[in-house]
Amino acid sequence: MAKHPFHDVAIVGIANSEQARVLEGHDSTTITFQAVHRVLADTGLGPSDIDGVAAGQFSGPLTYYMRSGPSWRSHMAPSIPIILDAASAIAAGQCHTVLVAHGSAGVYTERASTAPWTRPANEFVVAYGMFTAAEFALIARRHMHMHGTTPEQLATVAATIRNNGHVHPDAVYHGRGPFTPDDILASRMVADPFHLLDCAMTSEGACALILTTRERAQDLPNTPVYILGGACDSFGPSYQHPPAWDLAGPSGRNNGYTGRWAAQKSFAMAELGHGDVDVCEFYDPFSFEIIRQFEAYGFCEEGEGGDFIMGGRIGPGGQFPVTTDGGTMSFSHGGAAVQQLQRVIRGVEQLRGACVTSQVPDAQVAMCSNGGAGALFTDVMLLGTQTP
Amino acid sequence: MSELLQPQSPGIPLPVPTVFSQPYWDGCKVGELRYQRCGDCGAITMDPAPACSACFSANLHWEVSAGQGEVYSWTTVWRPQTPAFTVPYAAVIVALDEGFWLLSNLINYPVDAVCVGMRVKAAFVELSDEITLPYFEPAS
Repeated sequence: MAKHPFHDVAIVGIANSEQARVLEGHDSTTITFQAVHRVLADTGLGPSDIDGVAAGQFSGPLTYYMRSGPSWRSHMAPSIPIILDAASAIAAGQCHTVLVAHGSAGVYTERASTAPWTRPANEFVVAYGMFTAAEFALIARRHMHMHGTTPEQLATVAATIRNNGHVHPDAVYHGRGPFTPDDILASRMVADPFHLLDCAMTSEGACALILTTRERAQDLPNTPVYILGGACDSFGPSYQHPPAWDLAGPSGRNNGYTGRWAAQKSFAMAELGHGDVDVCEFYDPFSFEIIRQFEAYGFCEEGEGGDFIMGGRIGPGGQFPVTTDGGTMSFSHGGAAVQQLQRVIRGVEQLRGACVTSQVPDAQVAMCSNGGAGALFTDVMLLGTQTP
Repeated sequence: MSELLQPQSPGIPLPVPTVFSQPYWDGCKVGELRYQRCGDCGAITMDPAPACSACFSANLHWEVSAGQGEVYSWTTVWRPQTPAFTVPYAAVIVALDEGFWLLSNLINYPVDAVCVGMRVKAAFVELSDEITLPYFEPAS
């Protein structure tokens, strides 16, 4: 049997910087560097151990200031795709130890407007007042029309995730709850069917990861976490065209279930099934997206996601606990990218058994995701404690 | 009856046409909703594009839509994207009868009565010398 492509790759370091609504005295560069210092401390590695950098616009500065050159450098988006790129580079022998990082601070200052990264400038949407909540609402509305999904089901997702953040001491919205679904429904409407508390918040922060070879991982202090599977589904650029559920080409594969094919590839690569997943660190830009992902990834049938998430299934102690740090709704949402990497960081924390709150007992397999149908893409990654 | 959805006032950000979308915006200025059809396979491409989204042929030509369709999905927005926008407004994806989607706003309709499947027609509103926007309003 062929060796798994990521057999010799391990995630050995993770770190979050401070996270806050506003990080006084920081800009995106300084907060990213804080996360880098923390991830180096997490691993015991130094800049001279790094020979690859994958950090979006910070790749150049980090390479220069760490004097890590000549080093490998990724040009992928700093989310799940950049981790897969880093793992591929290590597997191919392009480099042996990659620093992944991203952060954002001081970017969102015009608070009368929605955050700048949420506002499209394309000519076919710019004049119609679109921003991410409206884009994702058009996806959710279509599902509600087709399948009878209810605002109460959406609110149950939001309350579950916000309560995970409520108890997490490092969450930006620590202590803001607890929330019931009725609390979600009582918050003001932003873009029907999304109330304020159905939506991601905005904050500032950074995070970082380090990947290295399986061999090098044996000499490092942390339990290595392995990439069992991963893949990316894209249907085009985000926020430039109508976010239609039924957008599809000749394949018939539709944007409404973006992520389905990435999940299929990931499960096949991992040789695992849905029942093997212990924790679902799903990306939560809006409450409906969790319902959509359970359907897209095949945890339940099409149209049944609303019922699937009820009855405690996705909460603490449930069959498929979701977004256990509070996600973008409560833990942090630093901008266009950092919070996407944080889904993977939380997955690694779960598999290390290192979560201070909402630890899933004996978690062996974590499923992490990024994106969403409102943005025309979803990326998926399966992490595990066993070498693939 | 609840308040009627209105078009936005001048001052909102406006489209910047490209080389291949300019005929679409020229059409709006004369009250025509134009779309592209492929001369090779006959499929419709929308939003305007440099190639057919069914067969990728560059042999596209412009046709004029009857401007009639139905609401495919909608959201009423209560938190404006920027202060330039007046709330509430309703963002809609309209499925035109010819067989393409268009993102727009719904006007001249009660804010609490929008629904999937409602029949709508194009309504053109001039926002600047260069840009006339296609909105949609109830068909009857």
